[in-house]
Amino acid sequence: MRTNRRQFIRISALGLGGVATAATAVGAGGSVLSIFDSSDEGPNINFKRYPTYCEVCFWKCAAWTHVNEDGEIVKIIGNDDDPHCNGRLCPRGTGGVGMYTDTDRLKTPLIRVKDGDKDTFREASWEEALDLVASKMKGIKEKYGSESFALLKHGSSGSHFEHLFKAYGSDTIGEPAYAQCRGPRETAFSATFGSWVGSPEPTDIRDTKCLVLIGSHIGENMHNSQVQEMSEAIDRGATIITVDPRMSTAASKSKYWLAIKPATDIALLLAWMHVIIYDKLYDEAYINKYTYGFEDLKNHVKNFTPEWAYGITTIDPSVIRKTAREMAQAAPAVIIHPGRHVVWYGDDTQRERAMAILNGLLGSWGKRGGFYLKEKLAIPKFPQPAYPHPKWGWEELGEHYPLAQMGITNELIRASIPEEDTKHKVKAWFVSGTNLVKTIPNKDLLEKALDSLEFLVVCDTMPMDITGYADVVLPECTYLERYDGIRSATNREPSVALRMPAVKPKYNTKPSWWMGKEIGERLGLGAYYNYKEYSEVLDWQLKKIGTSLEEMERIGVKKYERGSGPLYIGDGEDYEFPTNTGKVELYSTELAALGFDPMPVFTQHPEPEEGFYHLNYGRAPMHTFSRTANNPNLSDLMDENKIWINPRVAKIWNLKKDQEIYLKNQDGVVSSFPIKVRITERIRWDSVYMVHGFGHTNKKLTNAYGKGASDTEMITKVMIDPEMGGTGMRGNFVTFITDKNLVES
Amino acid sequence: MRYAMAIDTKKCVGCSDCVVACQTENNVPIGYCRDWITETVEGSYPNLAIELRSERCNHCDNAPCVRCCPTGASQIVDGGIVITVADECIGCGACIESCPYEARYTHPDGYVDKCTFCLHRVEEGLLPACVSVCPTNCMYFGDIDDPNSDISKILKNRKQKTLAPEAGTGPQIYYLS
Repeated sequence: MRTNRRQFIRISALGLGGVATAATAVGAGGSVLSIFDSSDEGPNINFKRYPTYCEVCFWKCAAWTHVNEDGEIVKIIGNDDDPHCNGRLCPRGTGGVGMYTDTDRLKTPLIRVKDGDKDTFREASWEEALDLVASKMKGIKEKYGSESFALLKHGSSGSHFEHLFKAYGSDTIGEPAYAQCRGPRETAFSATFGSWVGSPEPTDIRDTKCLVLIGSHIGENMHNSQVQEMSEAIDRGATIITVDPRMSTAASKSKYWLAIKPATDIALLLAWMHVIIYDKLYDEAYINKYTYGFEDLKNHVKNFTPEWAYGITTIDPSVIRKTAREMAQAAPAVIIHPGRHVVWYGDDTQRERAMAILNGLLGSWGKRGGFYLKEKLAIPKFPQPAYPHPKWGWEELGEHYPLAQMGITNELIRASIPEEDTKHKVKAWFVSGTNLVKTIPNKDLLEKALDSLEFLVVCDTMPMDITGYADVVLPECTYLERYDGIRSATNREPSVALRMPAVKPKYNTKPSWWMGKEIGERLGLGAYYNYKEYSEVLDWQLKKIGTSLEEMERIGVKKYERGSGPLYIGDGEDYEFPTNTGKVELYSTELAALGFDPMPVFTQHPEPEEGFYHLNYGRAPMHTFSRTANNPNLSDLMDENKIWINPRVAKIWNLKKDQEIYLKNQDGVVSSFPIKVRITERIRWDSVYMVHGFGHTNKKLTNAYGKGASDTEMITKVMIDPEMGGTGMRGNFVTFITDKNLVES
Repeated sequence: MRYAMAIDTKKCVGCSDCVVACQTENNVPIGYCRDWITETVEGSYPNLAIELRSERCNHCDNAPCVRCCPTGASQIVDGGIVITVADECIGCGACIESCPYEARYTHPDGYVDKCTFCLHRVEEGLLPACVSVCPTNCMYFGDIDDPNSDISKILKNRKQKTLAPEAGTGPQIYYLS
């Protein structure tokens, strides 16, 4: 057994008083909203409202933070002008106020110290903490080169540290949002249409006639405008086809629910192609004009009949035919949705390719009711010197995966372990806004890397599990207490949204733009921070795009006319797709040139042994990953996950509702905490299901500690996507331990 | 004038946004709620039907909570909205026992609290917080005495039910299917 040099510190180790300063309303900006006079009916008197965009998930809905006369944040309401939310936030956005009020927040900088032979944290001043970070960054640079200091990030804060790292000379940057989430779909859609999907996805659900969801559970993932549009589609009577081993909420709203056997999606997708091609359900003129490799594809799928797929997927061949026909009838107003978290079985780029090819066959890319041609506004860069050129970075670390389009976190982690055979070595990490412990599968590898690091900085608002491994913890104020970069995201029409502080930062917390600047200046990088306040940067940028900070503080969101042409490709219009051939590549020349399958092939994945079940995991509408588990408002709605078990399986095991059991996976890993049983018909008998993001190990998360179990902990078998390096995580199986005495402590 | 609410179960995804929005709008303490989500599953795998419902006080025509209140704190105001006046409530809990929908709870400050259809908002011409926030737009609120209101129109065109009609309370939350 390896000894942990880097002792995990529960943040509660040393007294963490952290003086709770009363929140004070910010004087400038914002607009007084006085919809209510005064009444003794409720707390609604004269609220001031300040624009923001939400940071509880990546959808970044624009909203108004409402502050009462005592300077307290009372509620957050969606901005009517925002295309991401149309004035309606999701439960997490509405409950975002809990991020601010959470009394478990990180309250002051912390530095790891020795207390006898035990590691512990001591409270530190910002001066001390930032000096230490800067000196370590200097030290690493002198000793190994700045490339050896890596940044692992997520969200708005991450971009401020990205600026710092690029100025410092490190492009060794990665985020789990790529290799642990949406990477494969970006590679696959790029190979097919020459354009990645991006966020928000340009799915024209509003006008679709047929929406096909492959394991995507819109409604449980609250990707706001998509949920709204799916609801509109239901109202309009659009056909929804959901493929999922579990009856998801979306499946329950669908005309067709295909209760597929896990890990067999590619077989179904190939059979759908077979039906569309051999029943001649495609638009021949479209195929001839816009696609490449149709004859190759036709030959490729010749034997992949619905009867062939039946034996693999357990889906009735007549249902496969019927659903293929529904899609073809709706074409081009049909969407085979790319999904979002798509790292499942290691052949994910190929599964996503199959989905992209179906969209290609049905001609839905760039069509009304299919995928619209997205557009966003480019935000001018605040004047600064050019970044230095690092000798190596994320691209070199990911060299074995030629189609990676972003840093591969798992390769970056591997490069941090001395024994691993990698060309370059990473020596220190800066982690911002991502709880790697609940994100990265294969905990052993992650812990080995953490043990090997010379220095680890973690910046977060909450004492997430990862903070326990840090040498320095930098407490960030929440999104409601800070300025951040301008939100400019792809959509039907370009828009920008502003985030400004509604109140001053609580406790001794700071915005990450300030931390980045302070560290940068200590490193002699002041030229990259040619401003005193971040609001100066925003005002400069906003003036370049025809508005100003003053205007945006009043309106929050500004929309712009499209500049790139129409939203859709015209019928018969000469249109060149940005692929090698200029066409929709049914046969991928890019994949072929790199020696990968140019068209997707079905491979059989391992099955669970007797007594084991496929471990499926997903989202709950009121939570974002593991980051909201402690939020008082949101944990009030759901404070633990349960393991979904089919009644037949429960009977075999003699399990009762809400009985606490431990999970054990195929590699003998037992869950740190027990999880309650939910007996439900909604899950297949060969599978179990749990919501991701629970089972927190840090006691300082008083609402979340020990509640439910962590799916990530059960994921020790990882199947790497050979094209882009994604970590397939759905090949894990669990069994149940019902007797507590059998769990080794 | 008669206020009522209709909720389209075909669209509701059970996200609980209505619950959080109510909490922040009405300062409902953490650990309590005026509205909540229920899920019913019928059938066996894979022939299943799920219904998700956002539930709350039914603002009944024949409200047992009002009848049994010893102090008159529970009362019906304009538009048929059932409220409790905190100052007049002695917290005896009779109304909690009488409600077939379990829509009432004792506030930590000692009085009984419940959904008011966001009366303070409705008086200002706004929708209840739950309706205004719902991402699926599955909730309709308005005057069912007005045949031109959105709610009247949707109730005319859609199949609907109320909860526990056998209790004879005349509930005014309609579930569309």
